Amino acid sequence: MNMRRRFIRLSMLTALLLVCGSAVLAEEKPAPEPYYEWKVEGFAINAPIGGLVGNPENGRKIAVARKKGNCIACHVMPILEEEFNGNVGPPLTGVASRLKEGRIRLSIVDEKQINPMTVMPGYYRDPRHFNQVRKSFKGKTVLTAQEIEDVVAYLMTLK
Amino acid sequence: MKMIEPNNKRLMAALLPLMLLGALNLTHAWQDAKSGYEFMTPESRAMQDDDFENPGMLTVDEGQTLFITTAKNEMTCGSCHGDDGSKLDIERITQYPVYSETLKKPITLRNQIHICWNERLQNPPMKKYNDPRAIALETFVRHQAHGKPVNVDIDGPLKPYYEAGKAFYNRRAGQLDMACTHCHSYFPGSKLRAQTLSQGHSNGFPTYRLANSKVNGLHERFRQCQHQFRAKALKAGSDDYVNLELYINAIGKGLEIETPAVRY
Ligand code: HEC
Ligand code: HEC
Ligand code: HEC
Repeated sequence: MNMRRRFIRLSMLTALLLVCGSAVLAEEKPAPEPYYEWKVEGFAINAPIGGLVGNPENGRKIAVARKKGNCIACHVMPILEEEFNGNVGPPLTGVASRLKEGRIRLSIVDEKQINPMTVMPGYYRDPRHFNQVRKSFKGKTVLTAQEIEDVVAYLMTLK
Repeated sequence: MKMIEPNNKRLMAALLPLMLLGALNLTHAWQDAKSGYEFMTPESRAMQDDDFENPGMLTVDEGQTLFITTAKNEMTCGSCHGDDGSKLDIERITQYPVYSETLKKPITLRNQIHICWNERLQNPPMKKYNDPRAIALETFVRHQAHGKPVNVDIDGPLKPYYEAGKAFYNRRAGQLDMACTHCHSYFPGSKLRAQTLSQGHSNGFPTYRLANSKVNGLHERFRQCQHQFRAKALKAGSDDYVNLELYINAIGKGLEIETPAVRY
């Protein structure tokens, strides 16, 4: 446990350094977003990742896009212009009246914390823990922190 | 573990069956092996069943042509196996991958074809496991066993390779961090966007895929699935894929060979 805390503190420090570092470089090229640590409390991540504010319209687009969330591959969602919705996972229609925001965020960030055997990808897990990743995705989370918050904001509109 | 809090009873109830499955280390969630055929639409099934409609039959014909093409040593595959393949050992074909005493490891049906190509016909070796000629020959050869049950034997020397294949099948990989088992043993019959998931069997291979309009070898399909969950795909013919083929043939033991099947 102690090790883990130290690890988290270390990573937060790294994140901080990355943020400061990128501010300096900001004018040259857009800096890659840092990996923000997150914390699970009672099956929820209550604080928005990186303190970012989500945009629900953007979140809706991400949920559809194959190369982003591709959530509709597995979930029925109220997105009528899409012909095909999968049913590997439960329907997300009305999800915000069933689940609190923090619980929804945890599901998206890392459903394995709730069900270790799930098929659902962890969209914001520490990329160092993956195995045998295709080259172009190495060291990257599936969605950025901003995209996670966008999707959370969109799901919160599904009452 | 702190993650599971006892007051979260509903969640526990939902998770319990899954945990039990995990604890028992069950290989797959389904009881009876079902061919991918059963998960296809009636139109695609009809296409597979009609030799004149099935585009894979063109590859069978290409394979037949290669089978009777004379090599520099004046021989053809047909010299030993019959021009129409009628002297091939059909029972043996259903058993691949088999253990090679010479190579001291499992070899696939495709490996055997490469071996005969190199050693019996003394042709210049094909550079790739997936050479289109090898795929065509395999399609022709396995078509000869159409309707016969897959009959791999994992009780002998193949056991450790089977175990390695099983471990691979269940190991998460890629940025999406999935294993074969997640889609093919827990969700056959469910929809993944527009596609119906099957149990992921090998009995139809080499298979004509409507998605890329060609006949695909089994290892190509492995690569396509790994690519989907953003894992680093391995080389066709690699040891890991041979072990995986062994494992998949074993869980689909008894399914009828459908080569060339038609799949999405
Ligand atoms: C590969 C299939 C798959 C994909 C892709 C997927 N999910 Fe899931 N999701 C599941 C499954 C299966 C569950 C059921 C719970 C479990 O397995 O732990 C689930 C559960 C959830 C839950 C919890 C619902 C509940 O009622 O408990 C939420 C919220 C959720 N997913 C949101 C998303 C979002 C948002 C995306 C896209 C960013 C997404 N999912 C992509 C398979 C998927
Ligand atoms: C000189 C004879 C000879 C030629 C030519 C030959 N093979 Fe073989 N083949 C064999 C023998 C012998 C076996 C039995 C396995 C072994 O011990 O190598 C065999 C096995 C096979 C098998 C496994 C099924 C079975 O009947 O055992 C296949 C498939 C096969 N050959 C395909 C081919 C193909 C394709 C070609 C042409 C590229 C070819 N063979 C050319 C002799 C030959
Ligand atoms: C994200 C879900 C997913 C995962 C994970 C996955 N596959 Fe697939 N696989 C599919 C889909 C979709 C198809 C096409 C429809 C079907 O037959 O299931 C398919 C088809 C197949 C087929 C062809 C079945 C047939 O009848 O022609 C095989 C074999 C296969 N997969 C093997 C594997 C192996 C081996 C792995 C692990 C390396 C794997 N799959 C992982 C989604 C997946």
